[in-house]
Amino acid sequence: MKQESEHFQEKAHEALVNPTLQQNLNLLQQVLPAVRDNAMEQLGQFEELRSHVKSVRDHTLENLDHYLRQYEEQVVLHGGHVHWAKDAAEMNDIVLQLCKRHDAKTVGKGKSMITEETALSEHLENAGLEVTETDLGEYIIQIAEEPPSHIVGPAMHKTVDEIRELLFEKHDLGERDLPDPPAMVQEARRILRERFLNTDIGIIGANALIAENGTNMLVTNEGNGDLVSSLPKVQIVCASVEKVLPRPEDATALLRLLARSAIATPVSAYTSFYSGPRREEDSDGPEEFHVVLLDNGRSDIIGSNYQDMLGCMRCGACLNHCPVYMAAGGHSYGWVYPGPMGSVLTPLLTGLENSNVLPNACTACGRCAEVCPADIPLPDLLRDLRTEEHDLKLSPASWRRGLKLHGWIARLPRFYHLLTSIVFRCMHLLGRRKGYLRGLGVKNGWTEVRDFPAPEGGTFMGQWKKHQKNKDSGSESFTD
Amino acid sequence: MRPSVAFSSIELLEQAGCEVEVPASQTCCGQPAYNTGAIADTRPLARQLITTFESYDYLVAPSGSCAGMIRHHYPRLFADEPEWQQRANALAERCWEITSFLVDVMDFRPQEFAADSGERKFSYHDSCAGLREMGIKGQPRRLLQDVCGIEVSEMAGTDVCCGFGGTFCAKMPEISSKMVDDKIDNALAAEADVLLGGDLGCLLNIAGRISRRELDLEVRHVTEVLADSLSGPAIGEGKS
Repeated sequence: MKQESEHFQEKAHEALVNPTLQQNLNLLQQVLPAVRDNAMEQLGQFEELRSHVKSVRDHTLENLDHYLRQYEEQVVLHGGHVHWAKDAAEMNDIVLQLCKRHDAKTVGKGKSMITEETALSEHLENAGLEVTETDLGEYIIQIAEEPPSHIVGPAMHKTVDEIRELLFEKHDLGERDLPDPPAMVQEARRILRERFLNTDIGIIGANALIAENGTNMLVTNEGNGDLVSSLPKVQIVCASVEKVLPRPEDATALLRLLARSAIATPVSAYTSFYSGPRREEDSDGPEEFHVVLLDNGRSDIIGSNYQDMLGCMRCGACLNHCPVYMAAGGHSYGWVYPGPMGSVLTPLLTGLENSNVLPNACTACGRCAEVCPADIPLPDLLRDLRTEEHDLKLSPASWRRGLKLHGWIARLPRFYHLLTSIVFRCMHLLGRRKGYLRGLGVKNGWTEVRDFPAPEGGTFMGQWKKHQKNKDSGSESFTD
Repeated sequence: MRPSVAFSSIELLEQAGCEVEVPASQTCCGQPAYNTGAIADTRPLARQLITTFESYDYLVAPSGSCAGMIRHHYPRLFADEPEWQQRANALAERCWEITSFLVDVMDFRPQEFAADSGERKFSYHDSCAGLREMGIKGQPRRLLQDVCGIEVSEMAGTDVCCGFGGTFCAKMPEISSKMVDDKIDNALAAEADVLLGGDLGCLLNIAGRISRRELDLEVRHVTEVLADSLSGPAIGEGKS
């Protein structure tokens, strides 16, 4: 998917004036944080667990070469193949070549953010393959021809009515009605079941790659990942390099936080572990097993200020708790990863030049960092990106000049107090009757949507000085 | 901007038995520059503030975000300057937000109710930096109860950002106004007559939007209520 993050504010405007979307987001904003917070409270030990998960991740990233090599050895030992992809194009090409080698016509996909990142489906479709997304949310946006708006619930922006209309438009329903969501799920299931059985190649993602035994962990709620990976003759796992963890218990420690953070349940409906192709004694399973490991800029992040970002387990808790995401909606972010995690990842993976608006789509409220199960200091990383933006002069020159000027004046206390006193007195005189100023003389973001409350008159520093003088001369009043 | 907040804070500190000094060489903690990524413009202000305040036992600010800046971000700001980082750390440990200082350090419990809040209902907005960087949640509520007998009427989303976010509110006014509208609507739904908070940035944002929407909801800093200085107009309120 082409990154279009520079249009964040225009798209956010469209989202804000869309009443259906706002209604949806308002509901999600009320429900999602509350249920997650409740699930974590019931678990207890959130801080201890996430600090454990983070220390495992830190250790793994510091020894990434070792664990990736161990993982590869184990996969090969179990009869699988590991492919290394430097970037998106390489991953897409490796997968296409595998499809061609097997003379595949159809591909069934489980939900995978990595393949969204590389726009794999588009690449395979352009080569003439029929690609079916088998996760219900992904299937909905596939037939709607839309990008995902959320990393866990890709069709979260759609209402039930919108999905019903979409199914009527895209499926041949004849006289049948779709009265409620279960009927709609049945309708999607009817199509998807057929596809599962006729798929030449199955492609899934991975929530963790376990180095010790070459096993991949996959978490889903619909079981689609299991069907699409065990029925076709060829299974391809697309994952990024930082998903590797040393031991099975490291993956299960992550599990304790993942489903609770994502969907507020102790475990997801399906948690599956895959290791290699069908063995002789197995009654089913793929004949060939491939893992494609994507770097796409991640090894450059190791050792940088942003290394913690590689701990992200794609749970979506930061999106659900972000008031900016809940106002602007996921599509405004212009690429596959929205919200706080996306505002860090998009600049890191696609360049800050065309995405520098994203680190500014943050009030530094800190709610994302508070709930992040990987303990990623997202507001700090976003601020660091704003620092890069400032240093590269990507931010508006007027802002940079203004801050420099403010900095200079604030270094001269006497002048600073004199100037603020004059400004506040003038504003007080202009606004004292009504209590506020409708404008500030120049077009600005503040008075575009709100008034400026009139200062009380003078500054505290000025009044305090006077008060101290009065006190010395015997008067005790606090007011000027 | 609003001297009554600082005067109220000093009054409360003195009631709690503190000797308060206001050094004249203080200006701005550098938060606007820091959060906008202008680190080089921030460091001189941080050095100036550290030099000004490091000789005191405590540094108390009537703002969770200024206190959070000094306690959490100054040490980070001087990661490459060990000498200044040491001085920043030393000050950080002694830096407090006013309500937290009164409760957590002074255990301030007045002998008798200072103020009569009448029949009005008060709600409280938990400013983000205060809540998440300084751990302020129960302290202002306890003070309101102990000092004025006010039981806060809690609103939905009390811990959700009001959309101020420093320069964010000017950079992304449309998103910011949606967030502040949610905040105001939640306060009105809680039937609040007065919305209190501990950070003037948030309060100016909320009050400014209230007056633009021409709604009837008073906005004040929590110290104004605690120090019984409610005679003047609320934030953004006229003299009529």
